[in-house]
Amino acid sequence: MSETLANAPLEGGETPAAVPPPLVTLRSVGKTFDNGTRALHGVDLTVGKGEFLSLLGPSGCGKSTILRLISQLDSPTDGDIRWEGTAADPKRREVSFVFQEPTLMPWAKVFDNVYLPMRLKGVGRKTAEPQIMHALESVGLADFRAAYPRELSGGMKMRVSIARALATDPDVLLMDEPFAALDEITRFKLNDDLLRLWDERGWTVMFVTHSVFESVYLSTRIAVMTGRPGRIAQSIEVDGPRQRTQEFRLSEGFSAIARRTSDALSKAMSA
Amino acid sequence: MTITANDAPPPGVPATREAAAKLKRWQRLDAFLRIALPTAVIAGLICLWQDYVTTNNVPHYILPSPARVLDALVEDRAMLFSGLVNTLIITFGALFLAVTLGVTIAIALTQSRLVEYAIFPIAVVLQVTPIVAVFPLINIYVENIYAKLLLCAWIVAFFPILSNTTLGLNSADRNLRDLYKLYGASRWQTLRYLQLPGAMPYFLGGLRIAGGLALIGAVVAEFVAGSAGAGTGLASRLIEAGYRLQIPRLFAALFLISLTGIVIYVTLAFISSKLLSSWHESAMSKGNR
Repeated sequence: MSETLANAPLEGGETPAAVPPPLVTLRSVGKTFDNGTRALHGVDLTVGKGEFLSLLGPSGCGKSTILRLISQLDSPTDGDIRWEGTAADPKRREVSFVFQEPTLMPWAKVFDNVYLPMRLKGVGRKTAEPQIMHALESVGLADFRAAYPRELSGGMKMRVSIARALATDPDVLLMDEPFAALDEITRFKLNDDLLRLWDERGWTVMFVTHSVFESVYLSTRIAVMTGRPGRIAQSIEVDGPRQRTQEFRLSEGFSAIARRTSDALSKAMSA
Repeated sequence: MTITANDAPPPGVPATREAAAKLKRWQRLDAFLRIALPTAVIAGLICLWQDYVTTNNVPHYILPSPARVLDALVEDRAMLFSGLVNTLIITFGALFLAVTLGVTIAIALTQSRLVEYAIFPIAVVLQVTPIVAVFPLINIYVENIYAKLLLCAWIVAFFPILSNTTLGLNSADRNLRDLYKLYGASRWQTLRYLQLPGAMPYFLGGLRIAGGLALIGAVVAEFVAGSAGAGTGLASRLIEAGYRLQIPRLFAALFLISLTGIVIYVTLAFISSKLLSSWHESAMSKGNR
């Protein structure tokens, strides 16, 4: 991983394409839970193909609910969610979810944890093996295929969770504060890994976070949310280089966007 | 903690070879004491018993000496052994039925809330009604003596399996459930790959309790069966020996019953730790965590 970073261009890189074609569109989506809590109200959001979109907001503002709606773990009470292209067919749509906890099965080895999505789709173990090993290699855990989750550190477990999500080559990868429970050093490392994978595979990522800096570092766009009920307050383009490094974290461009985002967040919270 | 970490004894990894050797010695001593200490205590108690009986000249129909009990064990071995076999058949038959029915019903309960509402209270009634009070009815309705005893032992052993397995099947991690839903898992897949493996520690906990209870159920059944159960298992030999004041034989039968209980417990604990050793906290040895 570190080699990739060392070889990466330090500045420049291509700027993101003008407007990416939409992959999924949320139109005035609302969600009211059975207990009467209004989690979301009038959410309009278009996620472009290949975008790295962060949802940023205070806790309890419905960020995770948006991911649950998009993954169809919950259904909206108002509005609709439209998919474009091949993903319009729910049978062919591949959505992967990375939770805040690694959410691994403790009784299954690393290999079997990553195999799970394919096993559930009826793919044989032998057929799935190359894909699984490729996924494990890309998170640097190929040597740990036979380890049990309890033998891994928190960061490694999270990597397994990411490998499981990417093994199926998803149309969209939903991540719900995946690194919130990790220490900063591990988080930075996983941030870089994630960016590299995003760049290589050309995924669409929706990333929930409450860290301004994490969102600026990772995203091509940040959707700032207000809470109770949750709405999108502002959308901020991050026109940094596609390949990001420590250099970018310390650049003036980064601090400018971070300041803008931070202002937008405090405005959204006081609104 | 990484895969190479070994944090026993605390704190941390043994820094030097010397420390590692010390740790190993310490572990060996610990393993030795684990067996040696209880053995010594039991041997001491037996010696005290023998000593008390001989010095006070206690008549053997009040309290036989350990040597006399051993004699009875050897002398009556044919009779005691056939009793043991019968008790074992009832115990393991009941345990087997408890496991198959308990797990099957637990799966049915967790598949549908309505089934749970309908059936679970009946299971609770079976559990809370003292078996001794139910036995007279069983005695009337069931003809075959083995079926009687088996039914009785089964009622006692069934509930821990059912309730523990149900709890285990319902305890699957919420995020994992979501993940299964997300990837379009069928009910069968969710059961097979998520709920059953996750319920394993709970089931095995229930099994350990049920193993002991099956034996208790078998013994209690023989007791309450009275003359109907005459000449069947160890408990009926025990009662008979009591009536005839053959106290050494009574002790010998008691010893065999208790030994059976110990063997059942140890076997089930061993099975449980083997099955869970790779992943569950309860089965981790200290050096392996």
